[in-house]
Amino acid sequence: MTEPLIDLQAVTKVYPGVKEPAVKALNLAVEPGEILVLVGPSGCGKSTTLRLINRMIEPTSGRIIYEGQDVTKGDPNELRRRMGYVIQQIGLFPHRTIAENIATVPRMLKWPKKKIKERVDELLEVVSMDPSIYRDRYPSELSGGQAQRVGVARALGADPDVLLMDEPFGAIDPITRDRLQNEFLRLQADLKKTIVFVTHDIDEAVKMGDRIAILRDQSEIAQLDRPEVILTDPADEFVENFLGSGAILKTLTLRRVRDIDLDPMVTLKQPVHRSQALSEMNEANTTSAVLLDEQDRPLRWLDERALNSSSSALERSGRPITVQLQPEDTLQDALSAMLQTSSGMSVVVDGRGRYLGCCTIESLAGLLLTQGNETSSP
Amino acid sequence: MSAAIVPTGLSTERKRRSLAAWTSDQLDLIVTPVLALILLVLLITVWSYSTFDPTTERILEPSQLARQLWQQLYVAFFSTVIVVAVAIPIGILVTRENAPRIKDTLVSFLGLGQAIPAYGLIVLFFVWLGQGAWTVIFALATFALLPVLRNTIVGLEQVDSSVIEAGKGMGMRGVQRLTKIELPLAVPVIMAGIRTATVINVGMATLAFLIGGGGLGETINAGLKLNRPTAIFIGAVLVALVALVFDFAGGLAQRYLRPKGV
Ligand SMILES: Nc1ncnc2c1ncn2[C@@H]1O[C@H](COP(=O)(O)OP(=O)(O)O)[C@@H](O)[C@H]1O
Ligand SMILES: [Mg+2]
Repeated sequence: MTEPLIDLQAVTKVYPGVKEPAVKALNLAVEPGEILVLVGPSGCGKSTTLRLINRMIEPTSGRIIYEGQDVTKGDPNELRRRMGYVIQQIGLFPHRTIAENIATVPRMLKWPKKKIKERVDELLEVVSMDPSIYRDRYPSELSGGQAQRVGVARALGADPDVLLMDEPFGAIDPITRDRLQNEFLRLQADLKKTIVFVTHDIDEAVKMGDRIAILRDQSEIAQLDRPEVILTDPADEFVENFLGSGAILKTLTLRRVRDIDLDPMVTLKQPVHRSQALSEMNEANTTSAVLLDEQDRPLRWLDERALNSSSSALERSGRPITVQLQPEDTLQDALSAMLQTSSGMSVVVDGRGRYLGCCTIESLAGLLLTQGNETSSP
Repeated sequence: MSAAIVPTGLSTERKRRSLAAWTSDQLDLIVTPVLALILLVLLITVWSYSTFDPTTERILEPSQLARQLWQQLYVAFFSTVIVVAVAIPIGILVTRENAPRIKDTLVSFLGLGQAIPAYGLIVLFFVWLGQGAWTVIFALATFALLPVLRNTIVGLEQVDSSVIEAGKGMGMRGVQRLTKIELPLAVPVIMAGIRTATVINVGMATLAFLIGGGGLGETINAGLKLNRPTAIFIGAVLVALVALVFDFAGGLAQRYLRPKGV
């Protein structure tokens, strides 16, 4: 195992005037390049734990090791400039432009002006915002989603190795949140930052985390593992309850369509004649087929009865294909796509829309069942 | 234009809000000059069209009025400078994270101070410091301390705590957070307090004559004692004019010192 980038050693925090510690003798190691999610019920000490890492809160006892060095003492401001920090309320400076906001840490580090300007534009691009439009705007002119993008860009300002994120998408509407999560995962695939991510939402934890630490009161770790292990093999009743009833369904978000064995359907490529279509389906001993256009893009579901009963052109018989999946889609997407079709089946296409195969409820169920068996027999 | 990018609902909302804000801003800067202008016209009319008897003429001797005006401004200016120099630092100190919790006590204590009429305060300071303009200056500074102190405290405390938290999280030191985040964002509220204090001081400087501090109060007082209504009127209008000019200047400052983006 690699050396952890951040290592909390027996860290305890007792708030003044409070008897019970908010964090009690916590040991937590964060590996370089991973997204470690801290998830747990409200008030269990997630935020306190996160804020101990950049010493927004000073530990009562214990040590914090960062990059192999004890940072429990020394200047906390120096430490914070080496770690990006994103909070739910974002906290953009309302009197500073977007560019000035993002430049906060580089300025404190006295980067040359030109380098700062380039960095600001680069970061705006990274978070999918056009620098020429947004650079000189003020935070009051942004939507919630845009503001949180800028919040992330600002945290990345001086290219820190670590990002600490406290419910960063918590105050954003579900649709935008989903988009921001996806964008963030794409961005992280390039940046490979070490991220500690706090949320109270187990679904978000499963989606974002390389590893998940499920915390109970006083930041005690109930289970720390990869999401698929936690979902299929919860350590105790607390974890089980926290996961809720749909744990196995949540594993659907962890697997992709590419993991399924696709069904080879009979395909008919345009231009094709009705009689030719019927004979090919007869030959394959099937009653249905997928009609493709000249570029192999799926057009319609054809079935024998429709072909026999009407004389309309092929491209008007059967049913149009409206839902398509791609190999990168999660099994959850696949399930909801298939439930929208009456046949319980969906076509899978590649990035250019070309036909790859079909995915059925049966093959998905098969995958889930084998997975269940694997984990129940160690 | 921004309207092309933001959803329309948002942009019309913003337009409506900024229109309302614009009108109230403009009103603020229009009413005062208009009032001042009316007073000025009145003053000039009365001055030009009334015939002064010798006593009135003696009271309204222009060089004397000029001296009184100058004294009035002198008292108002320095008392305001003292208020600002004292109240803002205290306001900053008591709002620091680790400051002793004295600000509520302090504000109510100074509230008591303001409950004493300015007149009484001037007499008290006279007993302590004797005659002269500076006694009045110190008395008025005490009297007008509260609005600036209170607004400094309120202005600093209304700054969104998540903004300060974010600054801290990026490694801004306490002084940097104060000068780069908190004070700029508190400026509008603090300026409103200073404006109030200035107008109080300009008006109250009229009482300076009581203990030999001069000012336009002399003219009003002479008019009262010698029963010369024209003199009283002209003295009072001059005081009002000066107060309006200061209020207007304060309004301008409040507007142009407001940080962009908020
Ligand atoms: N500044 C504070 N002073 C005293 N108690 C606090 C403070 N901040 C948090 N707490 C308490 O510490 C516990 C953990 O809080 P927190 O870390 O914010 O939990 P979470 O982020 O998991 O909701 C809670 O019981 C909370 O009431
Ligand atoms: Mg929290």
